[in-house]
Amino acid sequence: MPIQTYIEAISSALWEEMERDKEVFLLGEDIADYGGAFKVTKGFVDKFGEDRVIDTVLAESAIIGAATGAALVGMRPVAEMQFADFVTCGFNQLVNNTATTHYRWGLPVPMVVRLPAGGNIHGGPFHSRNPEAWFFHQPGLKLVAPSTPYDAKGLMKAAIRDPDPVLYFEYKYLYRRIKGDVPSDDYEVPIGKADLKREGEDATIVTYGPTVHIALDAAKEIANNDGYTIEVLDLRSLMPFDKETILESVKKTNKVFILHEDTVTGGIGGEISAFITEHAFEYLDAPIKRMGSLDTPVPYAPTLEEEFLPNKKKVVQVVKELLEF
Amino acid sequence: MAKSAAPKKNKKKESSFDKPIKKTLSKQKDPLKGVDLSEEKLIQMYKDMLLIRRFEEKAAQMYGLEKIMGFCHLYNGQEAVAVGGNAATREKDYFLTAYRDHGHALVRGISANEVMAELFGKVTGCSRGKGGSMHLFDAEKRMMGGHAIVGGHIPLAAGFAFASKYRAEQDVTVCYFGDAAANQGVFHETLNMAALWKLPVVYVCENNRYGMGTAFERAFAVWDIYERASAYDMPRDVVDGMDIIDVYKKTKEAVDRARNEHTPTFLEARTYRFRGHSMSDPIHGHYRTKEEVEEMKAKDPIVNFGELLKKEDILSDEDLKSMDEEIKKTVNEAIEYAEESEEPPLDDLYTDVYVD
Ligand SMILES: Cc1ncc(C[n+]2csc(CCOP(=O)(O)OP(=O)(O)O)c2C)c(N)n1
Ligand SMILES: [Mg+2]
Repeated sequence: MPIQTYIEAISSALWEEMERDKEVFLLGEDIADYGGAFKVTKGFVDKFGEDRVIDTVLAESAIIGAATGAALVGMRPVAEMQFADFVTCGFNQLVNNTATTHYRWGLPVPMVVRLPAGGNIHGGPFHSRNPEAWFFHQPGLKLVAPSTPYDAKGLMKAAIRDPDPVLYFEYKYLYRRIKGDVPSDDYEVPIGKADLKREGEDATIVTYGPTVHIALDAAKEIANNDGYTIEVLDLRSLMPFDKETILESVKKTNKVFILHEDTVTGGIGGEISAFITEHAFEYLDAPIKRMGSLDTPVPYAPTLEEEFLPNKKKVVQVVKELLEF
Repeated sequence: MAKSAAPKKNKKKESSFDKPIKKTLSKQKDPLKGVDLSEEKLIQMYKDMLLIRRFEEKAAQMYGLEKIMGFCHLYNGQEAVAVGGNAATREKDYFLTAYRDHGHALVRGISANEVMAELFGKVTGCSRGKGGSMHLFDAEKRMMGGHAIVGGHIPLAAGFAFASKYRAEQDVTVCYFGDAAANQGVFHETLNMAALWKLPVVYVCENNRYGMGTAFERAFAVWDIYERASAYDMPRDVVDGMDIIDVYKKTKEAVDRARNEHTPTFLEARTYRFRGHSMSDPIHGHYRTKEEVEEMKAKDPIVNFGELLKKEDILSDEDLKSMDEEIKKTVNEAIEYAEESEEPPLDDLYTDVYVD
């Protein structure tokens, strides 16, 4: 199987979907000639032309709104936010028009919004956000957040083919740092299915996105140093999230740690925690633990940002507390 | 012109981008005639521009050395816009701009030390390292930011101006932003509001021809951006942004109108960035030609203003040289200062999320 980086896997999925279906088109700021701020769509305009790879004006509200309109009449737009943070400028369109029209009209809105998210690149307060929780709270939107090249490609294909609007969170920090096997033939990673990344008996880490890699590293370290086996569950899809697989794991390990890069309070971890206590309380041997970034804006100073984000050391410490409970 | 997704009719039009960028300053006949600027002030303006240029050159170097991380947008080439504008204002007037903000911060009197330290993410930076390159500010100096969400600060300016008018204070707000920012809805929302409320505000669009990799001709249905203000019956003008005297005169006129008549103005300054969009973007990239960059560099606002000051016998070659040395020293000291400053203490992470 060919090896691709995370970013190459996203590009491949877009490329193949554009080849497969001419109703698929891309729109966003600087995505054509410039190839996108991160070069995800480099070379696309030469292959697919400027009618399908559209450099828009700098106006996120109009981008998301126009994509929604095109989707409502059956096209399959993939809109790029240059950084996930800038979706704030398109908030109204997304939570009102994109999310709720099917509920009222019964017409599907088959579109994707790409959101390059996350910190660790020293982007400061407005180029580092993880804004998934805002949209998690909005019925009508689906949310996916791949952590590997395999999932990045498979989830993008699934997102484009899905009849509902899908927010696709992709992680700038992972773009060129993570490599992996990516099949060159057509496949989808189904939306709503978690992936058991590592099996274990003693505790479960439920996570998604960049913190999957931190969880795996931490689990390895704990196994080596302390002999405990930690299960790592990568949600991959945040809405809907895979309730069945979460419950299975909880029933097996009886201890749960929920980890994400988004700030803790009001983050998705809270909802997952509530879900587990509602449905598997009797299986829990310890209170559920949560970790995310600190409940503050994202600081620029690299020293501060490092402390702001979750990391392996912090994760190991909390998992040990959980194990010792 | 490059391929375009813009309306087809635009493809055939000749761009008028550099039409208002007239003859370079040093070749104009008597450009200082009738201009109310003392020699002292002219010299200060030259120094201000040169400080920005030298600062940016060093910032680029420090970025290369990974002393500065993340995103960093340089102002080289556009110095006359912020400096000419500043010369037209008073100390207490409010200033704000987007993320290409080192120049605006420096000319408002935030020290090179504090700006460089902020870029380095040090506790001595003007935002204690929390904001970085794109979010410089000092409310006491009335430099109301550095703003990284394109267009997001345009309505803040209306708020400052509203407060000044409401309290019967004399201060004017001057708000800078890029060409691409004028395509955000909030630009139109706010211009209408400013006109309706008769706010003492001057909006200055720094049209440097590109929003990142997209030429403004591919992003605007009407190329004379300043004409957009006609929809709000707002006084408007186009400015030669490579000519600091033209910038000064037109900003002054607008600032006076704001102060004395509570009438907002929209100025479009045609200018050019000599560097890439940010540090990760090469100098001419795929979206513009080397020739174009060279052509615009010949209109270097600092070189040409220097030539004018020599021609007018205000400064000699020696003066220019010693000024340059002095400024380089200031910038080198700023590097040392930033280098030697402490990292922010980790307790800072939790401070200032709320007032207490
Ligand atoms: C709301 C928002 N969308 C997109 C961006 C990404 N971005 C940063 S600068 C830029 C181009 C802006 O160009 P312009 O306004 O002309 O200013 P210039 O960089 O030329 O000074 C883009 C697309 C952003 N920071 N904020
Ligand atoms: Mg621009």
